[in-house]
Amino acid sequence: MSRDRLDSDATSTGDLEAPDKPEGPIVAAVLAAGVGCFAMGVFTTLGEASTSFADRLTWNEDVGPLSGKTGMTIIVWLVSWAVLYVIFRNRQTETRQALTISLVLMGLGVLLTFPTFFQLFAPSE
Amino acid sequence: MHFTDREWWTLIHGMVFGAVFLLAFAGGLAELFSLRPGQLTARGVRERMVRLRIGTVAMAIAAWGTVITGTWIVYPWYRDPAPDSPKSTLLADPNTADWHEFGMEWKEHIAWLSPILATTVAFIVVYYGTNLIRHDRVRRTAMTLLVLSFVLAAVAGAFGAFITKAAPVS
Repeated sequence: MSRDRLDSDATSTGDLEAPDKPEGPIVAAVLAAGVGCFAMGVFTTLGEASTSFADRLTWNEDVGPLSGKTGMTIIVWLVSWAVLYVIFRNRQTETRQALTISLVLMGLGVLLTFPTFFQLFAPSE
Repeated sequence: MHFTDREWWTLIHGMVFGAVFLLAFAGGLAELFSLRPGQLTARGVRERMVRLRIGTVAMAIAAWGTVITGTWIVYPWYRDPAPDSPKSTLLADPNTADWHEFGMEWKEHIAWLSPILATTVAFIVVYYGTNLIRHDRVRRTAMTLLVLSFVLAAVAGAFGAFITKAAPVS
């Protein structure tokens, strides 16, 4: 049996030095990504629907409401990641369900950032 | 041949960070795809993990670099209220107004989803390391998020290229 064959057997039986780690932190990161994408969609649509909300999102005059939308999105994403990490860090959960939930949130986030959709909520002039 | 400061920043935003992002995505996807039991030696896995960590972290940094320079440096020039700014130029002609009202409106928002997903992939790779080869569902999750990050960036990048063609920041 060749050396390569032995090494191949080693990997196929999981004989690498790294200890098995819990999937909880990955579940937290995947869910938080979905929350972040959804938050971007929500802030985009709310900014379009309400002039006063858009004004509050204008953290920087040169950038306009996009400064607040992106800033709030990053805050929501990081805070949700931290909270979910604390909840899931030691749990032996699986990522499949988290990915499904996250993909739904991402899909909603993309829809809410789609101009044809969010412009439906623009106040009539 | 001469570029203005603004043209340099649009190049850095779109081409420098964009090229690193594309390169890191292609490498990261290939490495993740082939990270399966029985296909690699144990030594090969360890070497591959180093490249995968560097690639996914570089992709996340490039994605953040793209959106930060785009939003905070290039975008204010684009949306300047002056009549000769790219936004004013596009909106002045009904034939080009959609490049702003649809293209730019979507690009400026959807682009920010890409670094969030790229960072998640980088975290998974750095945290889980060689565990990825033993847990196929996690590897597939990372690949799914990596591809989504690229698709979202590609939508934003394509609109960016078309808008720059129609009304460049100069």
